[in-house]
Amino acid sequence: MVGRNKTKELIYHLLVAFGAIVMVYPLLWMIFSSFEPTDMVLPTAAKLLPENWTLDNYIRGWKGFMGYTFGTFFANSFFIALTSTFGTLLSSSFVAFALQRLKFKLRGVLFVLVLSTMMLPAQILMIPQFMWYRHLNWVGTYFPMILPYFFAIQGFFVYLIMNFIGGIPKSLDEAAKIDGCSYYGIFFRIILPLIVPALITSAIFSFIWRWDDYLSALLYVNRANMRPVSLALQLFNDPSSGSDIGSTLAMSTLSIVPATIIFLIFQKSLVEGIASTGIKG
Amino acid sequence: MTAIPATKKKTTLGSWINQENVAGYMFSMPFIVGFLMFMVIPMGLSLFYSFCKYDIQNPPVWIGLENYIKIFTKDPTFIKTLKVTCYYALIGTPLKVVFALIVALILNHETKAVPLYRATYYLPSIIGGSVAVAILWRRMFESTGTINALLGKIFPFLQSYNWFSEGPAIWVLIILTVWQFGSSMLIFLSALKQIPRELYEASHVDGANTNQQFWRVTLPLLTPTIFFNLVQQTINSFLAFTQCKLITNGDPRKSTLFYTVYQYQKAFPAVGKSQMGYASALAWIMLVIISVVTALLFWSKSKWVYDD
Repeated sequence: MVGRNKTKELIYHLLVAFGAIVMVYPLLWMIFSSFEPTDMVLPTAAKLLPENWTLDNYIRGWKGFMGYTFGTFFANSFFIALTSTFGTLLSSSFVAFALQRLKFKLRGVLFVLVLSTMMLPAQILMIPQFMWYRHLNWVGTYFPMILPYFFAIQGFFVYLIMNFIGGIPKSLDEAAKIDGCSYYGIFFRIILPLIVPALITSAIFSFIWRWDDYLSALLYVNRANMRPVSLALQLFNDPSSGSDIGSTLAMSTLSIVPATIIFLIFQKSLVEGIASTGIKG
Repeated sequence: MTAIPATKKKTTLGSWINQENVAGYMFSMPFIVGFLMFMVIPMGLSLFYSFCKYDIQNPPVWIGLENYIKIFTKDPTFIKTLKVTCYYALIGTPLKVVFALIVALILNHETKAVPLYRATYYLPSIIGGSVAVAILWRRMFESTGTINALLGKIFPFLQSYNWFSEGPAIWVLIILTVWQFGSSMLIFLSALKQIPRELYEASHVDGANTNQQFWRVTLPLLTPTIFFNLVQQTINSFLAFTQCKLITNGDPRKSTLFYTVYQYQKAFPAVGKSQMGYASALAWIMLVIISVVTALLFWSKSKWVYDD
């Protein structure tokens, strides 16, 4: 009986591990191929590990194109992703606090509107926002990619933080109120320190989404030195930029490093974040 | 005239701003401003432009319903792109959700290795939206790419199969979206953990086998989660943009032209004049379609979602 259970366990692990390898195989292939001489990538496409290891692709790829190295593109991406994420966290936690803890007339309406923003994603707003930002003379600047995020426009984050605040005992607020604390004091001194886990989860999602954002870079960035990695990579992949498959795969690999590292470090809070917004949805 | 009690505090700015009602609006202010500035105004503006002929360079010219009439009666590409988008959403979404459910059931198992497996299966969802993965996907499915090189070993006739021809091209995109089943899987996993153990014990006592337990206990209790995933993923697939734009750009012969990409091409054509008015009308039609689909899903909810 024990023996049979062990075999069952073994088969289970073999199957699940095989599935896991299939899942990450494309990524592994990209990573390993980026260390392979560029003219060997396609002839040995069926093999995972390179026969000769080299860093040439990285050196060639990093030089970038049109006079700008990938250093510039990475710096741009970090700037955009970090500032917009900061804005998202700040504004979303304000709004989440109001909707979860304060009683005011339009609260119900605002909550419905917050949820409705989840159904109004960037792809529907693409053309409308483009025309509006054009009126505002924002095309060609980073404003469209940063400023809106300081206004809690992503219902997902407000909702995620709201759920978290809902788990904090209300007696804490009330005790502080009796001690003469204002609502602003309650938010900054009591709620904000306690919602750090939710802020971390939000920060991870926001950073990764802003980092990957290709659509708004495509619409609003027109100067070469302002390109974030997403846009630069797409242009770099174009044969006319003089790139080859090796250096393209090398820069692609580099571009997923930040998200992958964040994922590996914060895996647990990501998993919990997904789970907690999901159940109540 | 009512007498004001002498003891009542004077309304200073400080005390006014600290009323719960006022504080509520203060804290909600970012959203109120943002919603108006970045959603209501742009959508309103585009509603106006959708009744205009507008090429950005010249001022808009009011043409009434002409854009809408043209879209519905004289634009075969509109119909085509709707069909393509529906095909992608109606095949890709259920596949993804079913896959997520199956893997979640498999991973709902008490062993030490599960967190590692869970993370590995989830990883593609984290980076799947990136340009890097789009580039990788294109390269992998090229006729000389990894997929054919690997498949060719088992099925020699597949060695130089053209994935980007009219039939299979859409499947390259469907496979990419199904590959990212990880976040739905996580939602299922946490829902599975919430099913009370007693239900399984009770049904076991009543003589139910594992199979019956799945159909009678697990599945009904998961229906709210299945519903949530379906809604979320359906909306996502109706709005897919980046991967289609980068991997196929609608080719060949518009067989993979997603609605959003078509809209983009109308607004920012590679050659010729921009048709912003037309693109605005397309955006509004999409909003209506998304609302109808969501409403339909919610309407169907009462028919099959278990709710107590």
